[in-house]
Amino acid sequence: MQPIIEATQLIKKYTDVTAVDGINFSVPTGCCFGLLGPNGAGKSTTIELLEGLITPTSGSILYKGKPIGAQFRQEAGIQFQSTALQDFITVGETLALFHRLYERQMDLQQVIELCDLQDLLKRDNRKLSGGQRQRLLLAIALVNDPEILFLDEPTTGLDPQARRNFWELISRIKKANKTILLTTHYMEEAAILCDELIIMDSGKIIAEGTPDNLLDHHFNDVIIQLPSELLPDPLPDAFPAQLLHRDDLVELTTDQVDGVINELVQRGVPLQQLRIRSRTLEDLFLQLTGKELRS
Amino acid sequence: MIRRFLALLQARNMEFLRDRSSLGWNIAFPILLVFGLALIFNDGERAIFKVGVLTHSSLEQVDHPILDDPHIEFFVVNNEQEAVRKVRLHKIDLLLDPTAPGRYWVNQQSQKGHFLEIQLLAGSPETPERVEVDGDPVRLIDWLMPGILGMNMMFSCLFGVGYVVVRYRKSGFLKRLNATPTRAIEFLAAQVFSRLLLIMTLTAAVFVGTDLILDFRMEGSYLLLFTTAALGAMALIAMGLMISARVSSEELAGGLLNFVTWPMMVLSDVFFSMEGSHPAIVTLAKFLPLTQLMQASRAVMLEGAGFAEVLPQLAALATMTLVFLLLGAFWFRWRGD
Repeated sequence: MQPIIEATQLIKKYTDVTAVDGINFSVPTGCCFGLLGPNGAGKSTTIELLEGLITPTSGSILYKGKPIGAQFRQEAGIQFQSTALQDFITVGETLALFHRLYERQMDLQQVIELCDLQDLLKRDNRKLSGGQRQRLLLAIALVNDPEILFLDEPTTGLDPQARRNFWELISRIKKANKTILLTTHYMEEAAILCDELIIMDSGKIIAEGTPDNLLDHHFNDVIIQLPSELLPDPLPDAFPAQLLHRDDLVELTTDQVDGVINELVQRGVPLQQLRIRSRTLEDLFLQLTGKELRS
Repeated sequence: MIRRFLALLQARNMEFLRDRSSLGWNIAFPILLVFGLALIFNDGERAIFKVGVLTHSSLEQVDHPILDDPHIEFFVVNNEQEAVRKVRLHKIDLLLDPTAPGRYWVNQQSQKGHFLEIQLLAGSPETPERVEVDGDPVRLIDWLMPGILGMNMMFSCLFGVGYVVVRYRKSGFLKRLNATPTRAIEFLAAQVFSRLLLIMTLTAAVFVGTDLILDFRMEGSYLLLFTTAALGAMALIAMGLMISARVSSEELAGGLLNFVTWPMMVLSDVFFSMEGSHPAIVTLAKFLPLTQLMQASRAVMLEGAGFAEVLPQLAALATMTLVFLLLGAFWFRWRGD
């Protein structure tokens, strides 16, 4: 399938920093594509380059095989990390304003229902909670019935409940076969929403693929967690796990779960507080860069 | 294009009209100023007697007994037609041509002119020729009122547009609009017309409201005055857009806007006439839109000037609007960083 958007040898340099450093990727039509990375990795610069809001120092971006132009503006929906809206204007009026800016339009009632804004239409923009505001910004990004939707860290600053509600909303939009390009530094968000992703650090792509493939490719082990005070001391030299202390926990990384558990049982470690978890994208990022994802 | 322009125009109008404190101040400020100054200057004309002496030499070289009176201010005038116009407007109490047997112009409605005439006739060796001039006196408040409304328009246009654009840019609202098909010219045009619509409505309401009580002098056409005010407002709005075209700091915007408003306050005949100032200052003042607006609106209101007479000022305002808008559009940027 032809990619809906494609970046080739994309570079963006500022006076003292190279924010995006020669990246290549393409986004398949209908895919939820994630750009994952810590703050300062170059995600937002990349997405703004793709949105046509800033021009690359070099490299090319093609939308449906052509350079970004007027057609792209009509067909793209964009939600920025943070956007101030006009004061003294209600949610309904804000939606109507943005709706009228496009030739191509989605039925406004449909947008309102999709984003659960029915009860907020008469509310002043200034009186919205964080979650309500993000839903409004998403609705603004949808008023033109976009073929490609850019979401730049849409859940940053939301509480866990609001974040989960937002994920549900994005899942509904995905079902409408929209292409979504999402940046986030929440690995859980990327794992739940993204079909494909790239992981960026210092302006470069350091890994790309589907979340499962990435994890399968880089890991064949699991992590056993237990409270640090329960860890036997000393451990035998041939203990089949690597140890990592994290606060009050110790993480035992191993591809021999049975061997580790047997060893712990033999040493009388109670298993009630033991947890086994699969590797996550956060582990992958840590392994690839030596940095925490949200550092 | 028109739909986007109208959408942005409507949104900006709603934002302004619902900001009650700002709207209230925009109405209250000029009204308070008009009535305040009317109260302060209620005692009418100043006590000093002003006599223009029509001569091409200095006053020291003119020999006439009345020139010895220390209670009268004499000054040289060269242009007879212009000086007679000032007698008509009560700007000069009496105009004297000292060439024997002498001739003088006096306004029949001027009390000070009447006393000066008695003084002149008592001291003249020969009876000079009397030329009567008609014209109601221009009260100070009549002269000040266009200045007050013009000043209010200047602040409202420059700060009302300049600050709003800078705030939109700083908050990222402009960046959000840039992500839509909206073009810079559509956004700018909506800002110009929104502010124009609001400022003209408010100014007209304040004018009518204060006129009902203070009964301003109005010699010319209301339509021409409205056209003059609209062109002046457009030039000032365009100036505000030009200044705010790239700025994303409200502090810097405030500094730049003050940098242009205060010279206009001083040089554009708002509270006092720059007539008689150094020619370089007078020339500089002509490049300020408020000066053109003041001169044209006073000419229409106080002297009954017609379209042809204020055409140079109207042309200057239209030119300034065009230049400021083009520069503003050229420099304009959506993003703050």
